[in-house]
Formats: sequence, structure tokens, C-alpha cells
Amino acid sequence: MIKVGIAAYGITPFTKDDQKIESVLLKSVKKLFENNPKINKNDIDAVLVSTNNNSKYLAPILSEMIGIQPKIAHSIESLCNSGTNSIVSAYSYIVSGLVDMILINGAERYDSPGQILEWDDSRGEFKHPIFWASIFTKSYKREFSITDEQLAIVSVKNHKQAKENPNALSKKTFTIQDVMNSKKLTDDLRLLDCSRPCTGGASILLASEETTKKITDIPIWITGIGQKTTSAAFTKNMSFSSMESSKIAGYAALKMANQNIQDIDVAELHDAFSVCEPMALESLGFSDLGNGTSIIKELYETNDFKINPRGGLIGSGHPLGATGIAQTIEITQQLQSNADTRQVDNANVGLVHNMSAAATSSTVLILEK
Amino acid sequence: MSFESELIKGTFCIPECTICKKIVWPPVEFCSNCFGTVSLKKGDFKGKIIEFSRQNKEYFCIIEFENTIKIMAKISQMPEIGQTVKISKCGIVNGNYFFYVN
Ligand SMILES: [Zn+2]
Repeated sequence: MIKVGIAAYGITPFTKDDQKIESVLLKSVKKLFENNPKINKNDIDAVLVSTNNNSKYLAPILSEMIGIQPKIAHSIESLCNSGTNSIVSAYSYIVSGLVDMILINGAERYDSPGQILEWDDSRGEFKHPIFWASIFTKSYKREFSITDEQLAIVSVKNHKQAKENPNALSKKTFTIQDVMNSKKLTDDLRLLDCSRPCTGGASILLASEETTKKITDIPIWITGIGQKTTSAAFTKNMSFSSMESSKIAGYAALKMANQNIQDIDVAELHDAFSVCEPMALESLGFSDLGNGTSIIKELYETNDFKINPRGGLIGSGHPLGATGIAQTIEITQQLQSNADTRQVDNANVGLVHNMSAAATSSTVLILEK
Repeated sequence: MSFESELIKGTFCIPECTICKKIVWPPVEFCSNCFGTVSLKKGDFKGKIIEFSRQNKEYFCIIEFENTIKIMAKISQMPEIGQTVKISKCGIVNGNYFFYVN
């Protein structure tokens, strides 16, 4: 089968800035070209824009702004995992032979409409994500006898790691007590347990094997893809203490890559809220059920950046459409040994876990040197 | 008669396929199993509390009906897992469904 490589990337700081979506789109692409002067932009066959923004026709607009006339240009939306959905679509375009080189751009504003799934009336008046997160947290704590303090380590670790990420929204570190004392949103969720919506952009260029090797000396390959959608409605989840779609997607991605979970050296997990990190660790098989927080505590205490090295969504901020692409860029940098003070030792195989709407849909990617 | 026209009047119905009898939730016009027409079952449905949390003084919980469909609803007293409840009030405000149970 045709190999698909990550040939280039560009990312800008995540902020609370009020920027036009077109400006957010353009900035990370500009960075991508500045980082990689060898790219002839006229060789780009397709442009995909990953966003929940309500503006229309953004991929043709971006193409015009950067002076190219691609064959294919369109947007992709799937709430919080729009980014990896775009990467999967781009991969398929290359493998099919329709295109050779494809630009994927994720962009979101802090006021993204993608935060609320209006359609899901089964949630009644509780449509804000803090309510599903509270139910997940309560259910996880009940099922595995976990305390709020044990979960707070996720936020402590990820803010600490974000401090090494120059593009992260958070610039501060916090203690367990800080997390416990932060504003109580519900009985089971505090402000510092939450990722924050923000403005941010991230771009990635995928290409066929031959073209990737012409652009970069340190190509990273997408070797595994798994996706699963179990429902759209939050209340359809069979369990509120584990992630069924992530489990299935993870299994499929590892199988395609011919890897085991023990072979993963570094991973980006979708920690939209603190509880999501141990749940993802467990559902993907990094940990036994109920043991995720012990692993996170150990990683924190040993200063091991294996899980969410850029600070996760909690530390980096969560510009929905850009998140999956930013996660993929982080794993690419890790595998290229380009992650500066966030670098994980001997990173050869990496994993990206990106999900939407209370884990009703998940994408898992495996990347390799 | 639609689910929403009944809900606006304060009546909670369970949407069920006229052909294969599958419960269709959240409500949709046609059955997700066989595309059959969906009709509304009326009744004094009993639900079971699956999970809950609290915002300020208000409890919100996940209730399961007929061992199949789940909704998020408010409850005034401290809930218990497994507790049997009934819908005491429901409707639509500003386009959002709301449910109270006790
Ligand atoms: Zn039917």
C-alpha cells in the first residue's frame, strides 16, 4: 500500500484573541511554508479545512489567500475530532491516488459554536459539556473508588507540561490544592479540570512517500488509523466510566500498524476534562480499568512526558478544529526528536487519540519514524 | 401529533416504531431500525436513576426508561442510584427540552 507521510507542519500560539477565522487559517499555513522553504505551493493538490466555525467556503478562501488552485478544497466538521477526521480523509485521498500532496488546516475561534451539540435533546437543558463531564467523572469515581484529589493530578501534570510548550494557552503551574480550590462548576467538576475553548490554528502537509522524502529529511509516517462512532447522543453511551468508541478505534489503529499498546512511546490523549485522561488510558489499553490515575501520578512524579507532552487540551487550550492537528504535530515533533524540553526519550512510535461529543466518536492514529 | 407538540403541552411520550416496536430516541420521524413510522406511547412511565451530579443546589441525573432510553433530568431531592422516578414536569423552553423527575 502507498505510504503516507507527514511532510511539513506549522502551528501558532493558542490564545483568547478575537481574530477573524480567515486570519487564524492563514497564520499557521504561513508558518508551515516558512518552516519548509522547499515546498512548491503549486504542487498542493488539495486543501482541507477543519473547523466548527459557521463561515462557509473556507478551503477555497484559504486556497485563494495563499495563491493556489487545488483540485479539491472543502471543509470537514466533526465537532472536537474534526482535526483527525481531516487527516484520515487526507490520507484516503492520497492512498486512492486522487492527490499526491494535501494541506490540512485546523482553525477555531474561542467562541466556537462547536462546543454545544444542539441536536442532542436527550440531554434536556444540560447541553453544555460540563454536564456530560460531571456525569463521566461521578461515574468513574463511583465505579473505581477514585477521589477528586486523585483526578486533580491530571490537571497538575498537564499544566506543568504545557509550561514547556510555547504555543500553549496556559502559562501557569498548579498544585493539587489549587485544582481542588478552583471554582466548583458542579459537585464533580472544577474549573481547572476543564480544557478551555480558545483561538488557535494548526496546519499539516501530507504527501505520498516519494514526495514526503523530497520535502523532509525526517519523515514521519501514518501507519495506523482507527475510527469509531457509536452514537451522536451522549446518553446513548453504554458506560459513563469508559470510552467504547476509543477502545474500538484504538484496537483498529494498532492492528493496522501491526503494533501493540506496549510499543507506544509517546501519546496525545483527548483530555477535554481531567477524567478523560485516565478513561482514555484505560480504554486504549495503556492501563487496567480503574488504574489510570496511578499511572498519571507516576508519570508526574518521575517527570515523564509520555502522555500529553504538549500539556494536553487542559494545558494547551482546545481550539476544537485545530486540536487533532496540533496533537498530530506534537507526536511528529516527538518522533523527530524536535520537541525541545518536552522531548520523550527514544520516541519511535506515537499515538494520537482525538474524540468528540462525550466519546461518542473517536479517532486514533499511529505515527512512526 | 409529534413528540414535541406533546412535550410542549407537558406530556412525555415514548416514541416507538409501529412496525418493529423499537424505541426511537432521541425522537426521530422514522425508525432507526426499519424506517417504519414512529408513533408515541403515552403512559405513566417509571424510570431508574443511573447517575447524578449537582450544580449549585440543583441535582441533575441520567434516568433510564424501559431499560432502553436515557434522558438528563432535574430532581429536587438528593437522588440515589437505582431509585425509581417518574416525570413530574417537562416541556420546551427556548428550544431546549427540559425534564423534572421525582
Ligand atoms: Zn422499526
